[in-house]
Amino acid sequence: MSQAMELSLLGVGLVAPGLPSWDEAQPVLRGELAYASAPSVVPPPQRLPAAERRRAGAAVKVALSVADAACTAAGRDPATLATVFTSSSGDGANCHALCETLAHAPGPDRLVSPTRFTNSVHNAAAGYWHIAVGSRHASTSVCAHDDSLAAGLMAALAQLPAQDAPVLLVASDTPYPEPLHATRPLPDTMGVGLVLAAAGEAGARARLRVRLLPLAEAGAATPCRDAALENLRGRIPAARALPLLEAIARRQPARVVLPASPQLALAIELEFAR
Amino acid sequence: MTPVPITDATLTTALGAGLQAHLEALQAQRCGLRPCAFEDVDLPGWIGRADGLEDVALPDALRRYDCRNNRLAWRALQEDGFLAAVRAARARWGAHRVAVLLGTSTSGILETELAYRRRDAGGALPADFRYAETHSTASLARFVTEALGLTGPSWVVSTACSSSAKVFGDAARLIASGWADAAVVGGVDSLCLTTLHGFHSLQLFAEDICRPWDAQRSGVSLGEGAAFALLQREPAAGQPPLARLLGVGESSDAHHMSSPHPEGALAAAAMRQALAGAGLTPAQIDYINLHGTGTPSNDAAEDRAVQSVFGRELPCSSTKGATGHTLGAAGGVEAVLSLIALRHGLMPAGLNVRERDPALGIHYLQANRLQPMRHVLTNSFGFGGSNASLVLGAA
Repeated sequence: MSQAMELSLLGVGLVAPGLPSWDEAQPVLRGELAYASAPSVVPPPQRLPAAERRRAGAAVKVALSVADAACTAAGRDPATLATVFTSSSGDGANCHALCETLAHAPGPDRLVSPTRFTNSVHNAAAGYWHIAVGSRHASTSVCAHDDSLAAGLMAALAQLPAQDAPVLLVASDTPYPEPLHATRPLPDTMGVGLVLAAAGEAGARARLRVRLLPLAEAGAATPCRDAALENLRGRIPAARALPLLEAIARRQPARVVLPASPQLALAIELEFAR
Repeated sequence: MTPVPITDATLTTALGAGLQAHLEALQAQRCGLRPCAFEDVDLPGWIGRADGLEDVALPDALRRYDCRNNRLAWRALQEDGFLAAVRAARARWGAHRVAVLLGTSTSGILETELAYRRRDAGGALPADFRYAETHSTASLARFVTEALGLTGPSWVVSTACSSSAKVFGDAARLIASGWADAAVVGGVDSLCLTTLHGFHSLQLFAEDICRPWDAQRSGVSLGEGAAFALLQREPAAGQPPLARLLGVGESSDAHHMSSPHPEGALAAAAMRQALAGAGLTPAQIDYINLHGTGTPSNDAAEDRAVQSVFGRELPCSSTKGATGHTLGAAGGVEAVLSLIALRHGLMPAGLNVRERDPALGIHYLQANRLQPMRHVLTNSFGFGGSNASLVLGAA
């Protein structure tokens, strides 16, 4: 399992608790500013047409927000990008509303909203995004519970050799309302967007070499330097991206271990142009 | 793309369990649909229900995954020597070199739907509710990975009704990139209230039986199904594969969340991409297993898309009149049905057509046709405008 995949990172988008954007996050991730915990703030998705904006829930909004920010940072037209969306949960509030309706006895109280049903698919964010930006390229939506980020990264990387275009990877999670929250306690919303391209792409922010290794060979998961961020990493699947984002913000050669399953991990080496 | 051998496959649907049961059902043009009777659902319509799931018992070590969807997965894995085939692949390549990539749309949501009726006075879910093992979209991949004793890359693709076609693409790419040597792919989706009431709310769950390409078609009959295929970098010496995966095409409509692009332009793009990957011309395809849901708009869009790539002569049919629409499992179920068609030279008839829609132009088969085949194409299209086409070739 030694084959390495090499790629270019072209742009980052971020919404996380206390880190409202990638620009505001970088000094914190570099250790220049103290991290201050605060609830996530998701900006309204500018690209969605008004009708879709009304229908889209929080899970769609955070995914689209970081997707848009990543494309802007990469200087790429989103209509030209294939996408991989990954989420451990999908739209929790929508799921709760559907389950409440379906708990009613058969009859008029069990009337499901067509919009809620349409939004219940795991690829809702991907569908809204491709409509909003007019991208007709391939799109997939994956889920691997707490390992969803690593699964999305693997699905995106495996596409790069065969794609002439970059791939937009979006990892996002939103909390469930009660009673599901008690069984799956995600503390807050978070989204990360990464525009990834084949090695050698012009305008790369960082060069990455990624290997898939047995966990024992890869070593322990790279933690966050800040204790509060490390706490988030353990509680939101998309926050598993934080050690990688720290390395990107610091622009120093680094090796980041991202667990992909109880047995596997991605070992990611980063290099930066001087 | 480099062709990927499909060494083993199996499926379980309303037509039965295993390849032989499905071959016989196709030969007999048997329909597995029955009037809707599921839980306390009072909707008019037809469903394709897999028999006997109520009696399936998961092994003790896997019991925490117990839900209708994982029972259906477990039931399907028992047929066609699939467990033994995976054991052999595991021994050959190593457990960490065999990926598990599966499609589902609703996973174990039925457990959650039923648990919501058992909320306590404070609104809490019952203590026996297990989120990760049943509700989570990832539950299916975790369950199958553990059941098969595998430790390779493992995830669920959930792009509605194209989910389990797209996993074939992921598997081919992981094998090509050297990150896996083999992959268990497929899909499992089971009946639940969300999809029955949801399709009803969109006026897509037809009161009448599903009639793809019929002038009076009025929507889907919902089915459940599980399909699995084992893809390996190369077959074991002296063991020819069942078929080969030759091409995969994927595109996005960028049009509407729940309606296809009326001209089917991006569905056509997925078919062309699958042909290009296979290095084949349209004339080299012998048969198409259509997505063919039986909704007025899907069949019309797909008809236009197929005509734009293949013209009007190529034999095509939808098998959803037999199985119902198995949603996230449909891509996998229809890939394995296409594999049966290819191996047995059987182009299956599309069922339930009374009056062929004169507005549709492709060559839609209304009777079985026996003819040797080299290449078949299968289409899967989903909500969110997600399109996938696969080309399979004879071994």
